[in-house]
Amino acid sequence: MNGAAAILKALEKQGVDLIFGHPGGTIMPTYDALYDSPIRHILVRHEQGGIHAATAYARASGRVGVCMATSGPGALNLVTGLQDALMDSTPVVAITGNVAQSLIGTDAFQEADVVGITQPVTKHNFQVHHVNDIPRVLAEAFYIASTGRPGPVLVDFPKDVQQAAFSGSFEVEVDLPGYKPTYKGHPRQLERALEALEKAQKPILMVGGGAQNAADEIIAFAERTGIPVIPTLMGLGAFPGTHPLFLGMPGMHGSVAANRAIQHADTILGIGMRFDDRVTGKVSKFAPNAHTIIHVDIDPAEIGKLVRTAIPVVGDARWVAGELAKEAKKLEIKGWWKQIDEWRTKHPFAWKPKPYLQSQEVIQAFWEATQGRAVVTSGVGQHQMFTAQFFKFDRPRSWINSGGLGTMGVGLPFAIGAALARPGETVIDFDGDGSFQMTLQELATVKKHNLPIKIVLLNNGFLGMVRQWQDLFHARRYSEVYLADSNPDFAKLAEAYGIRGITLTDKAKLAETVKEVLAHDGPVLLEARVHHEEGVFPMIPTGGAAEDMIIENPREAVGAGD
Amino acid sequence: MRHVVSVLVQDNPGVLQRIAGLIARRGFNIESLAVGRTHQEGLSRLSLVVTGDDSVLEQVEKQLNRLIEVIKVTDHSEPHVERELALVKVHVAGLEERMELKDIAEAFRARIVDVAKKSIIFEQTGNSQKVEDFINALRPYGLLEVMRTGAVALSRGEQVLKVREKKAV
Repeated sequence: MNGAAAILKALEKQGVDLIFGHPGGTIMPTYDALYDSPIRHILVRHEQGGIHAATAYARASGRVGVCMATSGPGALNLVTGLQDALMDSTPVVAITGNVAQSLIGTDAFQEADVVGITQPVTKHNFQVHHVNDIPRVLAEAFYIASTGRPGPVLVDFPKDVQQAAFSGSFEVEVDLPGYKPTYKGHPRQLERALEALEKAQKPILMVGGGAQNAADEIIAFAERTGIPVIPTLMGLGAFPGTHPLFLGMPGMHGSVAANRAIQHADTILGIGMRFDDRVTGKVSKFAPNAHTIIHVDIDPAEIGKLVRTAIPVVGDARWVAGELAKEAKKLEIKGWWKQIDEWRTKHPFAWKPKPYLQSQEVIQAFWEATQGRAVVTSGVGQHQMFTAQFFKFDRPRSWINSGGLGTMGVGLPFAIGAALARPGETVIDFDGDGSFQMTLQELATVKKHNLPIKIVLLNNGFLGMVRQWQDLFHARRYSEVYLADSNPDFAKLAEAYGIRGITLTDKAKLAETVKEVLAHDGPVLLEARVHHEEGVFPMIPTGGAAEDMIIENPREAVGAGD
Repeated sequence: MRHVVSVLVQDNPGVLQRIAGLIARRGFNIESLAVGRTHQEGLSRLSLVVTGDDSVLEQVEKQLNRLIEVIKVTDHSEPHVERELALVKVHVAGLEERMELKDIAEAFRARIVDVAKKSIIFEQTGNSQKVEDFINALRPYGLLEVMRTGAVALSRGEQVLKVREKKAV
């Protein structure tokens, strides 16, 4: 057995049955070994597609996603995906080939300092120098990726290590003296948290991506206490979007009810979320009335990083929420709910009916048709925010988007990973014409594996979110955002890949088209031609506070529009 | 405010790059960084001098702790011994200056480690402030080269930085 076969055997030992990857020179020994391996390989058309698919696979399944690339350009194409997985705390292991050790540092063909370059974009990375270290290093990589605050780990294998004869053992122990994540919250801090909640007049619960694994416990805690729940963009699905205690997401494009509740809350319990600037707005003005912030996170470095935290709880969201659910009492907060209900009733997420097709109604129609029984992905931009606002996620791990990094182009590769993680489920990629064109080569991957993904391309002919900012903050100087003059015919493009393509322009045909898309057995791309004037509202401008929230499109409020 | 932080790390290849990269990336201000092997195989120890308020110090410690190869981090707020070593090469214009320089060195308990016709190298050990004062005292004579190690520190008494026992999670 050579190193390459040992890599695959060690991956099998870690429970890997699926790898997303693209071969090339220095990883060829491992691809050769793959030829005889039971591990399934999904050939992507660009390494970025591979790592995004592995990321979505991890998020949709709760397992570690694995991707593979060759040295130099192949490995560098993983960089964006690694940072994306890092910021959204996703367990991914990236396997890369490198030039032989005798060539490292000589500017060899397809050589790059991948370990150096990926250090800041991974939770940890390794280069394997001795063939017999392969099982131990991979065991450590999977352990680091999947425990504590999950994250991406890259393991780099010089070609000679893959080719060397393996004589080591696969029975390895992980011993990382500097890495001991804390899962159980400190009992005294939990007591203090419960005391603070009991005293609270206006409490809220905010849950983030870290709570995706704790949905049952979060629901139990929320129902027991009757606390209003605000999932962040990454937390959507960790608490049901149709639940009466659900207020919608907070932040830049969050609901009025959620942002006002944060502004007026006296006590905030945050679980598995990190007070990102898109959530807080201007941090000095965030939650001005909250005298007590209780922050539960498995990463101690997140606690106290951005907001003053009265009660820090270092621990796993699931464990802590479970403990809190056992001990918490019903909160007497009728007055608070009355206030919140006023906000909710007065300012729900809404759009004004127009004669033309709108993104919001397309998303709403798919939600109604599926009743939320779908795994949904998106690119980044207006369509992403519309999806977060109008698709109600009732189940965890059912909404896969790029929150922290805001990576345009993730929608399609995310859908590929989700489809492979959750076979038999409906997978919808709500995408934008800008985002989609960043990774559309993965249509080939969809075709090759006949993945029944429903791509709903909301084409407004612009980089819509940039255009919206130009509209509001740059005196409508629409610099370099116009795409319509050079966009392809997306339905034809799909057909060119052998994928069913449908174009929808007529609003009246929305319902039947949605039905047709969902009923199609196999992949389908629906291009919905929507109007470019739509903006995402409410909106809190960058650096603003909840009080600066723009609730409705100001252009419409003054009857403007061009 | 100035803090001396000691860090016990696994001395894998690249660990210094990880630490230096983290400090740069997070925008922390460091005055010095010193590193060396310990008496235990596979373990190195760093001393960082960090300036910033308590919240900065807290983030420095927490972010360092996130690195897999960092085993232990401590801020020397408790009684500790801190030393820095400097080699200072100073210009010697003539006999009179040579005598004055020797007087200064004696006052600061610095040692002469090299003597040439027009220069002297002094070796000075002490806390960073003392090293700073010594260098300033020599400045009027014409500093030719200064090499400082950065501060290193140990806690006083029995308190030590060590690998944590395995604990159940």
